[in-house]
Amino acid sequence: MRNKIEKIKDDALQELEGVSDEDALNDVYVRYLGRKGVLTQYLRGISRLPADERPLAGKEANRIKGIIEGAVKQAGEKLEASGFDPKDALDVSLPGRPMERGNLHPVTKINNEICEIFVRLGFDIAEGPEVETDYYNFEALNFPRYHPARDMQDTLYVSDSIVLRTHTSPIQVRTMQERQPPVRIIAPGKVFRCDSDITHTPMFHQVEGLLVDVNISFGDLKGMLTTFVHQMFDKKTGLRFRPSFFPFTEPSAEVDILCVICRGKGCRVCSHTGWLEVLGSGMVHPAVFEFAGYDTSKYTGFAFGMGVERIAMLKYGIDDIRKFFDNDLRFLRQF
Amino acid sequence: MKVSISWLKEYISAGLDAETVAEALTMTGLEVDSIEDRHSWLETVVAGKISRVWNHPRADHLKVCEVDIGEEETVSIVCGAPNVEEGMMSPTARPGTRMPDGKKIEKTVIRNVTSEGMICSEAELDIGPDKSGVMELDPAITPGTPVTDALNLKDPVLDIDLTPNRSDCWSVIGVAREIAAILKTDLKYPELDFLDAGDEIRNVTSVSIENPVDCPRYAARVFKDVKVGPSPFWLQERLKSIGVRPINNIVDTTNFVMLEMGQPIHAFDFDLLEENRIVVRNAEENERFFTLDDKERILSSDMLMICDGKKPVAVGGVMGGQNTEINDATKNVLIECAYFNPVSIRKTSKKLGLSTDASNRYERGVDPCITIPAINRVCSILSEISGGKPVPGLIDERFEAHTPQPARLTVSMDRINRLLGIQLDSDTVKSLLESIEFEVEKSADPDQLIVKAPSFRVDIKRPVDIAEEAARLWGYDHIPETLPQMPVYAEAPKQMIRFRDRVKELMTGFGLTETVNYCFVHESSSDRVRIPENDPRRKHVKVLNPLTEDQAVMRTTLIPGLLETVRRNFSQQNRNLKLFETGKIFIDQGKDVLPDETEMLAGIWTGLRYPSSWVHDDIECDFYDIKGVVEAFLEAVKLKTAEFTQIPADAHDYTLPGRGARITIESGGRKTQIGVIGELHPFTAGQYDLKKPVYVFEIDLDLLASMIPGAPIYQPASKYPAIDRDITLILDKPTETGTVQSYIENLDESLVEAVTLITVYAGEKLPENKKSVTFRLTYRSFHGTLEDETITALNKSITDNLIDQFDAQLP
Repeated sequence: MRNKIEKIKDDALQELEGVSDEDALNDVYVRYLGRKGVLTQYLRGISRLPADERPLAGKEANRIKGIIEGAVKQAGEKLEASGFDPKDALDVSLPGRPMERGNLHPVTKINNEICEIFVRLGFDIAEGPEVETDYYNFEALNFPRYHPARDMQDTLYVSDSIVLRTHTSPIQVRTMQERQPPVRIIAPGKVFRCDSDITHTPMFHQVEGLLVDVNISFGDLKGMLTTFVHQMFDKKTGLRFRPSFFPFTEPSAEVDILCVICRGKGCRVCSHTGWLEVLGSGMVHPAVFEFAGYDTSKYTGFAFGMGVERIAMLKYGIDDIRKFFDNDLRFLRQF
Repeated sequence: MKVSISWLKEYISAGLDAETVAEALTMTGLEVDSIEDRHSWLETVVAGKISRVWNHPRADHLKVCEVDIGEEETVSIVCGAPNVEEGMMSPTARPGTRMPDGKKIEKTVIRNVTSEGMICSEAELDIGPDKSGVMELDPAITPGTPVTDALNLKDPVLDIDLTPNRSDCWSVIGVAREIAAILKTDLKYPELDFLDAGDEIRNVTSVSIENPVDCPRYAARVFKDVKVGPSPFWLQERLKSIGVRPINNIVDTTNFVMLEMGQPIHAFDFDLLEENRIVVRNAEENERFFTLDDKERILSSDMLMICDGKKPVAVGGVMGGQNTEINDATKNVLIECAYFNPVSIRKTSKKLGLSTDASNRYERGVDPCITIPAINRVCSILSEISGGKPVPGLIDERFEAHTPQPARLTVSMDRINRLLGIQLDSDTVKSLLESIEFEVEKSADPDQLIVKAPSFRVDIKRPVDIAEEAARLWGYDHIPETLPQMPVYAEAPKQMIRFRDRVKELMTGFGLTETVNYCFVHESSSDRVRIPENDPRRKHVKVLNPLTEDQAVMRTTLIPGLLETVRRNFSQQNRNLKLFETGKIFIDQGKDVLPDETEMLAGIWTGLRYPSSWVHDDIECDFYDIKGVVEAFLEAVKLKTAEFTQIPADAHDYTLPGRGARITIESGGRKTQIGVIGELHPFTAGQYDLKKPVYVFEIDLDLLASMIPGAPIYQPASKYPAIDRDITLILDKPTETGTVQSYIENLDESLVEAVTLITVYAGEKLPENKKSVTFRLTYRSFHGTLEDETITALNKSITDNLIDQFDAQLP
């Protein structure tokens, strides 16, 4: 008797081992535990045993039943976990229902990136009119009316005294007229020049910066712009400051960065010089402070400016500035 | 400005390596844009050994030469020079060489004999004056050696991007002076040994200055019996080395001295000057005058003219006149060397639209003290090369009071050091400044230096200019990087700065791609987008000097720019477009007044509703697609109360009547229009070649920003269950569903939580002028679970109310 029940158990467990789908599992269940199943039959047979054997046999049989039931359940769980019917499966490679996304213009992206860096450094964002008076665009920035420095920027005129702003620097003056130092602003925006070729468009974007307080030095200008360039590009990007001329700064400096394409070896992008001109800067000219009404014996400061498209072209490897304003979807979608 | 190393060597005896010089100049303020060797075109001209010469079988004056040019096989060259002989080593131009006269050397056949190049004379190569025969090279040179190597012909030319403040460097000597200072080497000025005895000039001419403010100094000399002809080779060579075309000995000399010393000089044909004298005065208003470039100029009374006894002969400091031009018959010349007021020159040059080497130098400021050295330099060269003789003596009319004086400044070392962020001692600064010819004295105060700028540094005006000189000569690289020590503070950003970012974030989230279009458009844009006659958007800000007519006026709506973008995309087969732009429009407020600038948002949608996909068929977008964008946008910025109302038929501009709406928002008790939305008018679409329906919207962002409510106050939600009931009504077609919906929403029924329009039907099952609409009302109470009967009764009463109010029927 003992052997028989042991054999039922062994057979059942062995069969369960080989079960590979729901139907087969069901089949095993029915053959052992079903109404006419082997184990059910066996349980019924116990009543025919001598009375003294019955309790033990019954107990044993129930233990075995428990084992088989457990094994069936386990096999069922295993089946559930390990497989599904391929014909019922989803084609998960099918694309989902299209969810359209738009893109920010690359100029907006780079502009935001520049602004974020300076905002982290404590600068406020300031804005101003795009059509500007000659006074704010030139006079108050120390470009006298008949000075050749005006030739540095090909100006689009609206009248004798109104221009399309050629830089966002007028915001410097407007801000200084409103507030006393300390001043720490950046001024992003559109600017206009009478110029059009592969590296110039009549409209483009600039970010200008101004910082004024007591004891601000050219060393501070170098430190601040180095911090900016290291965040905008990376810490390996070298900088060099070259003497230059802007009417509203003195001393003035052009800032070159080590070519981001060739790392200084010389390539087409940097005209084989290894350097790229990216920023104009300098210490605010005392004449500008005088126009703004700041005490030149007390305050010093620095200003800087950069072209957003220029930085975007370097970052994204764009070779023609006009692409920014063609707005071809195949261009816009890349950023 | 171009400077050749060969010319620079005239003044600097130390060796000059072009790369080193360029780097040094660039790092001290004269940016060198490029270095190019002007002889680089000679690379294909090589030393050729003439191994055999025989007469051309079919031409009397030609010879055929067999030339060894260092290659495996010799080449055959037909040559007409009288001096070719066997064994000679001569420069041989290979096919492909572009000669100085523009001719390109090619392999040819001359009367049946092949000729593979050209054996050249000095003159043909423009490296010497001799044109009598082919040039002879050292016979020891290896055949095939490029002549640039064989003759050591290296002349790098620096192209300097001169900033407008450094007029002192707009001359070869000016640049040499900088190089000598930076490289700490000696500078040798040209010797000015011109003899000047006598005063006879006063017997032959006179100069009278009637406007000393604009012409504080005018020097003149007269040369007699000159022979006008080509300049000697050395002079031509100097000019050509920096790309200036030689003209004749007189003009070349004046050009040479201008390029060398920075002082513009003019030469008149003395015999053509009526009364043989010079008068400097202003022009008559509307006086007419022919300048050297053959153009007739109309003068105005503020222009300074150089005149003779009767008439103008030059626009002072800008350009000479045709009437007294040096010509082949010129015998006597008057040399002018003057100092003009920079502002006066600039005004004249701008007014005439005439900018010359002379005017550019004068308006930047020439050295007021170089007048006499420069005129003497001209005369010493002319004595050598013109065949003429100077009339002894010099006229030098001057008005000291109107001549700028070099700056004399007292500077504080402490201020310089604090401005730069370094610690230089006064001896260091003194020696830096002295290296560029500043005079520096120490003062009793050890912190101070007394500095006098040289007369050529007209840009030095303030102590801060001295700081810059010290800094650039010390080297910007040697100034340590620091960061400002400043108090912590922050200003709240202007609302628009943050709002604009939010708008862009939302628009891209709704699937629209940002575009940036030019702020200027064609003036006809207003017509093309059908702006009404008296609309403020007709008040364009006009650009006086636009690059093209397409950029002639500032935009007064964003729509034309977007439509141009759609047109360009269509032409590239980008047919499905969802685009937006934010930016300013400009409304003119009158002459010499700043325009009104308003920030706008505009969007367009054309093509498919969804990108093509396996999950749905392609469907073209419609009005309700773009309206969905605007509604979601307004809801996101908490302006749910926007109303869309049909634009009256006579008020449409770029939208199609019946398919356009005004967007209004109630704010502060009154309704304000913030924008429009609709299908693009077919006329406008046609103007931009758009052959598909385009849906557009345009919203005033400044106005919108002013209406945005503050932070919302939290409202608790009911915890009891909701019950939905639908109401279906048959309405007249023109009855706007929006009106019905807001009527329900505004009923004073606290149990109505939400109203949703779930179906709209018009079609066969209904009369033609009817439509059926179904609203789903969601009922919920804050105080308990609603009873079915209560809601049924309430829903019925609302239904009856609607039937009554809108003359509706039940289905």
